[in-house]
Amino acid sequence: MANLASEFLGIRSPNPFWLASAPPTDKAYNVNRAFEAGWGGAVWKTLGEDPPIVNVSGPRYSALHSNERRVIGFNNIELITDRPLQVNLDEMREVKRNWPDRALVASVMLPMNERVWAKYLPMIEDTGIDGFELNFGCPHGMSERGMGSAVGQVPEYIQMATEWAKAAASVPVIVKLTPNVTNILPPAKAAKDGGADAVSLINTINSIMRVDYETLTMYPTTDGMGTHGGYCGEAVKPIALNMVAEIARTADTSALPISGIGGVTDWRDAVDFLALGASNVQVCTAAMVYGFKIIDDLTDGLSRFLDGKHMSSVTELVGKAVPSVSDWQYLNLNYVEKAVINQDLCIQCGRCHVVCEDTSHQAITQTLNGKRHYEVIDEECVGCNLCVSVCPVDNCITMQQIESGIDPRTREAIDPVARNWTQHPNNPMRKDD
Amino acid sequence: MADDAADIGSGRLGEEELKRGFSDLHEPLSRSEALIAADRCYFCYDAPCTTACPTGIDIPGFIQKIRSDNVEGSAQTILRENIMGGMCARVCPTEVLCEEACVRNTHEEKPVEIGLLQRYATDPVLASGKQLFERAPSSGKTVAVVGAGPAGLSCAHRLAMLGHDVVVFERNDKAGGLNEYGIAAYKTVDDFARREVDYILAIGGIEIRHGAVLGRDVTLDSLREDYDAVFLGIGLGAVNALEIDGAEDAAFQNAVHYIADLRQAQDLGQLPVGRRVVVIGGGMTAIDIAVQSKRLGAERVDIVYRRGAEQMGASKYEQDLAKTDGVVIRHWARPLHLQDGGVKVVEFAGTALNDTGRLEDTGETFRIEADVVFKAIGQRLADEVTNDAAGGLVINGGKIVVDETQATSIRGVWAGGDCVGGGDDLTVTAVQHGKVAAIAIDKALRK
Repeated sequence: MANLASEFLGIRSPNPFWLASAPPTDKAYNVNRAFEAGWGGAVWKTLGEDPPIVNVSGPRYSALHSNERRVIGFNNIELITDRPLQVNLDEMREVKRNWPDRALVASVMLPMNERVWAKYLPMIEDTGIDGFELNFGCPHGMSERGMGSAVGQVPEYIQMATEWAKAAASVPVIVKLTPNVTNILPPAKAAKDGGADAVSLINTINSIMRVDYETLTMYPTTDGMGTHGGYCGEAVKPIALNMVAEIARTADTSALPISGIGGVTDWRDAVDFLALGASNVQVCTAAMVYGFKIIDDLTDGLSRFLDGKHMSSVTELVGKAVPSVSDWQYLNLNYVEKAVINQDLCIQCGRCHVVCEDTSHQAITQTLNGKRHYEVIDEECVGCNLCVSVCPVDNCITMQQIESGIDPRTREAIDPVARNWTQHPNNPMRKDD
Repeated sequence: MADDAADIGSGRLGEEELKRGFSDLHEPLSRSEALIAADRCYFCYDAPCTTACPTGIDIPGFIQKIRSDNVEGSAQTILRENIMGGMCARVCPTEVLCEEACVRNTHEEKPVEIGLLQRYATDPVLASGKQLFERAPSSGKTVAVVGAGPAGLSCAHRLAMLGHDVVVFERNDKAGGLNEYGIAAYKTVDDFARREVDYILAIGGIEIRHGAVLGRDVTLDSLREDYDAVFLGIGLGAVNALEIDGAEDAAFQNAVHYIADLRQAQDLGQLPVGRRVVVIGGGMTAIDIAVQSKRLGAERVDIVYRRGAEQMGASKYEQDLAKTDGVVIRHWARPLHLQDGGVKVVEFAGTALNDTGRLEDTGETFRIEADVVFKAIGQRLADEVTNDAAGGLVINGGKIVVDETQATSIRGVWAGGDCVGGGDDLTVTAVQHGKVAAIAIDKALRK
């Protein structure tokens, strides 16, 4: 089996799965359990100035459920650690001493004052931690006090605080980014310019889970009032993957190592992040939903996947999919695919037909000789992938390329030479040959 | 030996055992079970389950509403097409209707539990009694419905919804027909049949006159004269005879009568039960009487059917249910003689299909001793009905002939349920007949 040993900024861990800075890493008790279960590393729950912050004693979490009550999305309003700094430092020192082969990173959130950073970072580093992660991401509570995402939304602040951290720290500094921005590249660039050794992303997304249908208040509340929380879990993964890929494929930021975060639940999610440019991944929600044991599937699945790809290390996978991410304008408009329905696998639910009929291109039949029969009408099919997306049977509908001849829909010959929008005659802004 | 006294006694089983045998055949779903079951529905388009439902219930539609916790909306979707959706959820042979058509069978050989989901949706409404349908403004017309069974009540309810007044003539003390008197007790426990009737009548505009028998207390001619239209949902009042000597045939108890007594019994422990029971027949009633005899404490129950398992009217599920209960099903035999000397000895002839596909005796015979013998070989129209309607109503094969709108050969008279030809003796089909007829009657009355 492929060796999952990981090295991120020189920080070694037996596998690339770290627990993200979050409730699961608030105490030595939890982190010990995680390391016993096999987690490669942990980013300790964010440390702040003394006196510690105070959390609400009402609900901190809520979930978006599927119908069978599987947690798809998750939301929290917990602040940074609410324990005295020294208690955390003592425990971190002990954990690092007991688990020298695991990565232990300190997450910090401090006010925008250089002297504060210069005071605390050496104290924290003295515990023996392997690196710092600067929390510029939390969107709730702390942001109201000018920290967390309030910093992460202003590239100048990111750069400034990163510079302070780099000046005060001798171990690597990772900057954790907030997704609550319109464009992730300026914050990433600012981190780089401030001297960050890496970025980690995404932190959580501003969110309100739902309304209480009885009381018609938001849900959940503390004494009748609620506030937006940070959204995470499986549902945010696509948002995170895009931001990771953007940083990985943009010249200004592509050199920055990335720690990928956002909805990693099984090993395939890790493959997504790694292939799109992350060098390791951090996990929180899946552990909070299922417990630490999920690390077995994460490591075992990833290792077997690498074997199947004849890769001997995680490093070989990192960034493999980045070259396939592009701008829309560079997609080949001469490429043609059609959906094909495997009649042997079709269970005749009719969903492909009705969604195509109601919302798309009327390209799937309903009957043949009076019997239920679903077949793609190539003359109408634009190759949109909607039927593939809604079909309940895996691999029953597939997209297949028409490489040559006439496209039955356009009745035009398929041009084997690629042509994108920048070259298309319909584009008034096209570049002249 | 045949002259020994038959061993027929009550109280063969204790209270606990009876309770177990006659509790719900399928436990109702809890909310969490229902949500999981509902989530398995693919929300098919032009769904095969809906096509397979005789009443055409929008099954994916009602399941989607269960999924979104809109249980009352779900019940309305069901009851709109089938006002007896609660009973049908309990008694429909879903394994040969909606659940057989479920595309999940193709995918994983396990359909969505449509029947149980339908019960989950309809039970709360029946319990609260909340009326989900309003009556249209009065048409000033009054329709006579004969028979307060599933067909008659379905017709009456739809007519009431459409703004007509209805007078229902019913032979028995209680309304509900076979729902009240015929269905196996473990399929509809407690007083559900009565509560469902109450719910249906609560829409208003429906009067029931009990103790009225067509051909005895009222005639078709008088009804046609006194009312704007007539619907016959009279079921089948007479029991078919076996092809044996008439006196010997009379020694067979009618399964339907025994089941009616069972359904009305205050104390199941008081019912007379044979130690050894033989049932002639292959339909649902044969299974029902066999299983219930077993659950009342009969030691040995044999069903004897003149054809094979494939030809039985009872579904495979029902046949398996009987076998699980320890009932022995013997195929390819018909009764020849019954020797009644207290203990009954039934002589059977082995049967087979000949080259032309006709059933004939093989020449082999065998005997079974029994304390009680039942026949469950089907029913036909009561004689008083056939006599009353003589000359007007076209009857074929012992059943009333109707068209696709349930209209009979007599103008202004519609019919549905078990009394008409082409049916399948199912509650759900009777409900559909009543509904279709009501819509046709409404159309005719508004011309």
